[in-house]
Amino acid sequence: MRPILLKGHERPLTQLKYNREGDLLFSTARDKIVNVYYSHNGERLGTYTGHQGALWSVDVDPTSTIVATGAADNTIKLWEIRSGRCIHTWNFPTAVKVVQFNEDGNMLLAITEQRMGYQGTVYVFPITIDVEAKQAEEPIIKFSSPENKFTKAGWSYLNKWIITGHLDGSVSKYDAKTGELVQKISVHEKEVTDLQFAPDMSYFITTSKDKTAKILDTKNLKVMKTFVADAPLNTGAITPTKDYVILGGGQDAKDVTTTGSRQGKFEARFYHKIFEDEIGRLKGHFGPLNTIAVHPAGTGFASGGEDGYVRVHHFDKSYFDFLYDVERMRPE
Amino acid sequence: MPARVEDRSRTILDTVVVVDGAPIVTEKKVDALTKVLKKLFSEAGRVREDGFYMPMGSDGKSKGYLFIGFETVEQADNAVRGMNNKRLDNKHTLLVNKFSDIEQYGDDDEEEEEYVEPPEEPYVEQEHLRSWLKEPNSVDQFILYKGESVGVYWNRKSEAPEATVNRNNWTETYVTWSPLGSYLCSVHHQGVQLWGGDEFGRKVRFVHPGVQLIDFSPCENYLVTWSPEPIQLIPENSPMRASFPFTAADEGKQIVVWSVQTGMPVRTFSSSVGQGAENGPGPHGPKKISWPAFKWSSDDKYLARVIPGQQIFVYETPGMGLLDKKSIKIDGVVDFEFSPAVINSTGQKGEAEHVIAYWTPEINNQSARVTLMTIPSKEVIRTRNLFNVAECRLHWQNKGAFLCVKVVRFTKTKKSTFTNLEFFRLNEKNIPIEVVELKETVINFAWEPAGDRLVIISTTDMPSAPGAAPGTRPPPGKVPGMPGVPGGPVKTSVSFYGLERSKGVAGQFRHISTVERKSSNSIFWSPKGRFVVVAAVGGTSNNTGELDFWDFDFEGEKKEIPGAEDVPANLTLMASGQHYQLTDIEWDPTGRYVATSSSMWGRAMETGYRIWDLKGQLLREDHVERFKQLLWRPRPPTLLTKEQQRDVRKNLREYSKVFEQEDIAEESQASKELIAQRLRLLEEWRAWRKAVEAEIAEARDGVVPLLLQSEEDGSEIIEEIVEEVISEKEEEIED
Repeated sequence: MRPILLKGHERPLTQLKYNREGDLLFSTARDKIVNVYYSHNGERLGTYTGHQGALWSVDVDPTSTIVATGAADNTIKLWEIRSGRCIHTWNFPTAVKVVQFNEDGNMLLAITEQRMGYQGTVYVFPITIDVEAKQAEEPIIKFSSPENKFTKAGWSYLNKWIITGHLDGSVSKYDAKTGELVQKISVHEKEVTDLQFAPDMSYFITTSKDKTAKILDTKNLKVMKTFVADAPLNTGAITPTKDYVILGGGQDAKDVTTTGSRQGKFEARFYHKIFEDEIGRLKGHFGPLNTIAVHPAGTGFASGGEDGYVRVHHFDKSYFDFLYDVERMRPE
Repeated sequence: MPARVEDRSRTILDTVVVVDGAPIVTEKKVDALTKVLKKLFSEAGRVREDGFYMPMGSDGKSKGYLFIGFETVEQADNAVRGMNNKRLDNKHTLLVNKFSDIEQYGDDDEEEEEYVEPPEEPYVEQEHLRSWLKEPNSVDQFILYKGESVGVYWNRKSEAPEATVNRNNWTETYVTWSPLGSYLCSVHHQGVQLWGGDEFGRKVRFVHPGVQLIDFSPCENYLVTWSPEPIQLIPENSPMRASFPFTAADEGKQIVVWSVQTGMPVRTFSSSVGQGAENGPGPHGPKKISWPAFKWSSDDKYLARVIPGQQIFVYETPGMGLLDKKSIKIDGVVDFEFSPAVINSTGQKGEAEHVIAYWTPEINNQSARVTLMTIPSKEVIRTRNLFNVAECRLHWQNKGAFLCVKVVRFTKTKKSTFTNLEFFRLNEKNIPIEVVELKETVINFAWEPAGDRLVIISTTDMPSAPGAAPGTRPPPGKVPGMPGVPGGPVKTSVSFYGLERSKGVAGQFRHISTVERKSSNSIFWSPKGRFVVVAAVGGTSNNTGELDFWDFDFEGEKKEIPGAEDVPANLTLMASGQHYQLTDIEWDPTGRYVATSSSMWGRAMETGYRIWDLKGQLLREDHVERFKQLLWRPRPPTLLTKEQQRDVRKNLREYSKVFEQEDIAEESQASKELIAQRLRLLEEWRAWRKAVEAEIAEARDGVVPLLLQSEEDGSEIIEEIVEEVISEKEEEIED
């Protein structure tokens, strides 16, 4: 599994996202630019410039027409993918940490940071997937959680709920139509660092600084699986077609200078989703992994690190062939 | 003024002490005894003119007690403090009390003139302190101390260890086992506690404020503790006083010897003497204490400590009196070691005796000397003169059959040093000595337990300063279990020696093999001998933690080693491993497993432990946050007789067959359980997915959002990029 090394950013990566087909890979970093690559060979298709601050989040609509970005310059921008033209900008009082389209591509979820007296807030904007259309300025709904900072958020299936991860390690479920808190449970001991859904959005994985990752049932927020790692985790993804999860993390950036890459635990770790066993590790980055994205067809994955590199991997045959004995005994 | 009179009589009574336990003598010897006692007590103060009164019985003999009046109350107090428990001779120990005290306590007793039989305590079944030995498969236990929690676990080889007990904040500093494994010992600011039995209930408490260092006697009858805080008496009226075990005589002392059975102090010592030689009398900073302060004979009968340069004090248990009431004066003595075994010295009649070995450096035109002396008879049985000595270290083989003295000697120019090994053979007549001369500096050395083979680690690039060689003893103040080793990648060579034997007759020590260019600095023999682990230990970041597993009796083709043909050994490196930044290594007491660990105390960054089998195969690796200690529970010596042990060894193949079958059965049972467990997980997951998928499909009512649609059902444009190498040219570029 020879990776393609992408050096498109000068600062730590913050998020990677494949489009629906998986042929394009979007990356954001703290260096104010968004890059897009062809995922199969790593060739850069283009760069979206215009943000004035570090980028925190990126998402692409299901038709691969528009890409949305959230940044520390307190804006969300929509870009035409084809031309790189900025087609809309929303302004907020604080930095935007998360942007995410719903499954139909007609709504955009965003969360803003709690800072300078402003509460962390969840917004949902209506979206028209047309680069010439005028986008609505006002959100459909907007709600905040004063006592509990949001860190991550995502849509459930059928746009039913919005799932949020919090600084104290808890996970909440809000009604996406009313903004009402439906359920809140304590899942992790420390900050939730990533929250990624399975392809059908019926379950999701959370990772945390408490060195664990968990799979939760979207419907009732029941913890289905727990994966224990030996380093703080920054990101985790569920692989389609194979029953694995890929986790990434490593020692905190501030401690890294005191350790060699040998003890930094900067490997991508593969766990079996059902049996919770670690089955493999992939070395490469020389800083903590900040983000992992899996190809929607399950043929590869990309990781972005604090070291400023993106590594794009295409899985080998052994990845697809690997099965536990019991899986062989009971084929699906 | 009756009050005043009362006062005065009080004062007079306060100056009188009652001495009990004096020898009972006939009238003829009264004068002699009076003289002795008067002289003795005049050390404490001036005895009043008519202050000496020894009552005589009607049979013309003294009664064994007497009264002594001093001039002042202070002098009387002094006598009580200094003379109480004074040993007059082997049979008589004086008990000295204030007369007023006796009167006071006597008064209390008068209230119960009638003897009342004390109520019989109901018999309470005590927990068996060695219940863990009843485990049918002889599985061993170990302590895991991580974060704030201390737990005792069964070793489950490659599986996660199974906890028998796990408590938070069980100890304040560290934990340890007693030498035979009966007790778990926790150290707190207030003192030391021993725990034992199935449930690890508290068995004994030793109150010693500020205790830092502890040391058990080999048979775990006694415990020695040291605290930097001198003992201070608690005021009489304090509620703590009742549980406070010390008396006025113990005030200011720092070392306490305790009886494990009673939990009471048997004697206290001050630590100001007993400075270790290696710490020197330097004026810099506070003086360090050398630990253990006392060295014990193998049967707990004697304990001894050295005052460097002057004398060795040998005390006898249980009375804790000085052997023959005097110390052994040896000019210049630096260090000594008890032999781990008793010997019947050179064919003489009488009981087997202990042996101590000590060495003295060159002083006053006298050569340096190593001496063997028997205890208690204090007979010198062997001396060895040595020249140009920088330092000596005494290493007994664990059965006391050999003593190896590692002598660091100066070269003629006195600029560098080299090492001699002097082997004393205590089992042979007249204790012959053999010398092995090495050109390098020996940094570590270890005898095979119960054997006659040894491993030596030496180096050429060590600074040659005497005393810089690391000891196997942890430095004072450091927590036990961490060998003091120098940091830095010193290149070392590991050498193996054995005693040659032709037709059962012991020959000379022969060099078997040397491995060069290692970074190892420590030697860990299996407690049963034969196997040895040589490792690089230390929490420094450049310690790669190399581990070599050697077998001295490899069951394979024997390699002929020139010059060592007659040495019964077939040395083979079985496996090499690594444990980055390992700080501790310990064999389990049966010699089946080796635990290597990297502790946060050793400043290791990646803390945790690994368990290996004796062949060097890694069984288990566990990263543990804030890991501190892993300690195997020691086992008491076997109860089998020598004949029974020989039988076991003879029929080892028969036994091992049974064990192998048990192992296989256990493994297949475990893997069956694992498969069943995984099947269950798989089926649960699949059932859950099925239900969820059905539910969502129904809710979607056939409408699938764009994002989830598979791209196969539409036409698509496939962009294909073909890369072709047209030409390739290699050029060398020079700067």
